[in-house]
Amino acid sequence: MTTALTVDGHAVFATTGGVDFDPARPVVVFLHGAGFDRTTWRLQTRWFAHHGRSVLAVDMPGHGRSGGAPLPGVAAMADWVIRLLDAAGVRKAALVGHSMGGLVALDAAGRHPDRVRALGLCGVAGEMPVHPEMLESAQAGTSKVRELMTFWGLGRAHQIGGMVSPGLWLTRESLAVLERAAPGVIHNDLAACNGYKDAPARAAQVSCPVAFVCGDIDQMTPAAKCKPLAAAIPGSHMTLLKACGHFMMVERPDETLDALKAVA
Amino acid sequence: MPDAKFLKFDTLALHAGQQPDPVTGARAVPIYQTTSFVFRDVEHAASLFNLEVGGHIYSRISNPTVAVLEERVAALEKGTGALAVASGQAALHIAIATLMGQGGHIVASASLYGGSRNMMGLTLPRFGITTTFVDPRDHDSMRKAIRPETRLVFGETIGNPGGEVIDLPAVAQIAHDAGVPLMIDNTFASPFLCNPLEHGADIVMHSATKFIGGHGIAIAGVLVDAGRFDWRASGKFPTLTEPYAGYHGIDFAAEFGPQAFIMRARTEGLRDFGPALSPQNAFYLLQGMETLPLRVRQHVANAQAVAAFLVSNPAVERVHHPDLPSHPDHALAKKLLPRGSGSIFAFDLKGGREAGKRFIERLRLFSHLANVGDAKSLVIHPASTTHAQLTAEQLAATGIGEGMVRLSVGLEDVDDLIDDLTPALRAAHKG
Repeated sequence: MTTALTVDGHAVFATTGGVDFDPARPVVVFLHGAGFDRTTWRLQTRWFAHHGRSVLAVDMPGHGRSGGAPLPGVAAMADWVIRLLDAAGVRKAALVGHSMGGLVALDAAGRHPDRVRALGLCGVAGEMPVHPEMLESAQAGTSKVRELMTFWGLGRAHQIGGMVSPGLWLTRESLAVLERAAPGVIHNDLAACNGYKDAPARAAQVSCPVAFVCGDIDQMTPAAKCKPLAAAIPGSHMTLLKACGHFMMVERPDETLDALKAVA
Repeated sequence: MPDAKFLKFDTLALHAGQQPDPVTGARAVPIYQTTSFVFRDVEHAASLFNLEVGGHIYSRISNPTVAVLEERVAALEKGTGALAVASGQAALHIAIATLMGQGGHIVASASLYGGSRNMMGLTLPRFGITTTFVDPRDHDSMRKAIRPETRLVFGETIGNPGGEVIDLPAVAQIAHDAGVPLMIDNTFASPFLCNPLEHGADIVMHSATKFIGGHGIAIAGVLVDAGRFDWRASGKFPTLTEPYAGYHGIDFAAEFGPQAFIMRARTEGLRDFGPALSPQNAFYLLQGMETLPLRVRQHVANAQAVAAFLVSNPAVERVHHPDLPSHPDHALAKKLLPRGSGSIFAFDLKGGREAGKRFIERLRLFSHLANVGDAKSLVIHPASTTHAQLTAEQLAATGIGEGMVRLSVGLEDVDDLIDDLTPALRAAHKG
């Protein structure tokens, strides 16, 4: 099930977890990571939609099936999320983000505390430096960056498999989604992560309930680099998932869902 | 910066899809011989039925042992996901039923396994799905055969029985230009020799009964999706892009993206049609897959040696093996099947139908039966068995000569195979 929204004159493609979107209910907005799209949240969105919340799992501008160009920088993406809430008729929402999407959610909560009722931050660190060769590959549109994002992103155990949802091969799924990204999208997103230095400052501004979800073998945003952020937000809770890499929503979907239920 | 080091084929054939059992520590894949799975509580049950969380409900739809097989084949075929079912024919049927309904049309290679041809040419028309068969080498005819209601282009990596190699990139382009996916039956090549998804195909199917198992003891089929075809952009696949009442209005492409086809095939195809693969058979196939690369390397080597032997034998008129320079698709085979063109091929005996019968009767090691891809060498003479009811003219129309024999070369010592073939060829030649 999808919903028709327009932000900045561009159509936003969003799924609603199989239930019609109703802004009168508590709203949860899901924000994907660099180069990915809404489908990364498929094992969390349907639960929330069927348990009293209204869900928007969005393709950010220029991603997936949404129109427009990818936005330059995390702060611009965060402001877009606020305009998305306006377009959806939502005063306050829980924001759940993965990686880049987590930074976007954090930035939005820090600068627009009156619009964010809770945060779920998966695979987020205070800084997310990106190797120059990955940026070069992303700019050149070669496959190396997609392969490295997949190889480093998926925990080693999940490069062997044993997926909770039967029959799905996550390595290839990650590559397939990244291959669909329009030219320039992955570079835009990685550059946004690389250039964002405001996470500690925004964390200090957050006043809503926050759940951090980390993987113990996450090589892209190691749990150790998440801890200072969690420490900066009084009352926040950090869940460390075992044998889990950077893609906890698909690697450990049930545990990720449980951690998010607590706040969203 | 080092490159990504994804696990390679031989490693995946042993490990993909399985973590050691977290409760018992079992290293081998356990056989979960159970019809159903206990829900943790009412809430968990409802969430499973509503696709809110992953997991198993009932073994008609999914099973942990079968799931290991599915992930392993998906990994070896470089797909985003797979669905294992009770036979190759069940896989083909579920794929078609997932993509189209009444009024749908398929463009298929004329060089197909007879069972596939029967399903498409004789059975599916009763349900309103028709097929136009075309020469897989005649791309103009293929293009012209596509109609507005066409929903699938279908072929085999290596055709049956002439060994026609389908030009995957060219045929994929024809399908994609028309906004439809290309599905390839990769049974004869196995994922070790060719990954059609890497050459533009969108869906791969296998009769896992053959090389994937390799032992001839279990029937199964598998579908693998590349996760690449844009169902929504095509606009021809409402089963994947419009709300489905069977799951409370779910839109598979919107919610599952690259997994849309496999999810619909499982949640509708297996749920409603029901050709579930038994966990026991999945286990047998997993045992076979562990040695797939080792076996197929030897199959290819033996088949090439046997083909070379046949070429020089006076009883033989022609050998249809794509690895031979005389085969019309030899150059294409070298490009798409660089490790070899498998071990199933046909040859024509001089002397027609009677020579074929004499040849078969004299063989001792080759088993005369209707299967392929076994570790043991197999043989069949279509004109005296599967196609015995056809006249010479009718046989010619299907590309089968009266003296054509099909071999599935196994893993025996190749000297023994040639020693078995030699007197049989002599008997065929002398009468």
